[in-house]
Amino acid sequence: MLLNLLLLIAAVLCALQAIRARQMLPAALWLTCNSALIAGMLYLLGAHEVAVIELSVGAGLVTVLFVFGIAIAGEEIQEKGSLVPWALAGGLALAAVGLVGWFILPTQGANTAVAEPSFAVMVWENRGLDMLVQIGLIFAGVLGILGILAEKETAEEHAKASHKARHKDAALPLPQPITTDASPETQIKEAHA
Amino acid sequence: MSSELTIVAFTVICLLGVAIYGFLTVRNLFQVIIALQILVKGALVALVLAGKLSGQLNLGQSLAVTVIVADTIVAVIGLALAVQIKRITGSLDVQRLSTLRR
Repeated sequence: MLLNLLLLIAAVLCALQAIRARQMLPAALWLTCNSALIAGMLYLLGAHEVAVIELSVGAGLVTVLFVFGIAIAGEEIQEKGSLVPWALAGGLALAAVGLVGWFILPTQGANTAVAEPSFAVMVWENRGLDMLVQIGLIFAGVLGILGILAEKETAEEHAKASHKARHKDAALPLPQPITTDASPETQIKEAHA
Repeated sequence: MSSELTIVAFTVICLLGVAIYGFLTVRNLFQVIIALQILVKGALVALVLAGKLSGQLNLGQSLAVTVIVADTIVAVIGLALAVQIKRITGSLDVQRLSTLRR
């Protein structure tokens, strides 16, 4: 119980620091600590498989993605001031916390033990369709990223191509009207000849 | 609920509160995604807690795996969009995104 309490306090502090950090890289690292602590809490709860997945994906992959994104976009220090006044934001958050607590805390555990299949059977057989949807979701995410990143390249290529076309037009001589000293009748005779 | 599970329930409540507070206060797009991550972690623990309470821990775990996958995809897409917004507007400030309306 003491370990759970320590994990609770540490996880909430890490989450608060991730929100309050002015720089992005420390915020991402605080989020990593939060994920690792949540994974520990899940392990103590008996959800060993999810704890491992959370530790590898939540604390590993997501952190790498955040660092990658920050490296591309550049570090930007958050300006002071919030979208909503601090007091109003705190009040709304407290109201939400109270509402969720009002629903969750009186919950009682099941009195009878339910016989359930193992995690592997549950995931691959009972919820096999959900797993297929998740695989599709992963591919959709990859394609989405490729689309977002490729859009920029296409725009750049389009800009380069139009720039080249403009310079090519400028290099060509402009069409000049044909002027001759001969009279129109002479020109018609020449054309017939 | 036992005291151990009550502490886990308090973790869920606190994480949701911190995430909602973050949504209302932060202005940086990356931190909005971080707040979203914290919110989903609260939901994740709530799912496992519900599975534990109902005696169907494996069902809760399988649902939690789905949530982790969806959350990661959302984070990836959100980060990619944030990078593009930074390239286009030069800023990650949410308030400056209001210029998109003009």
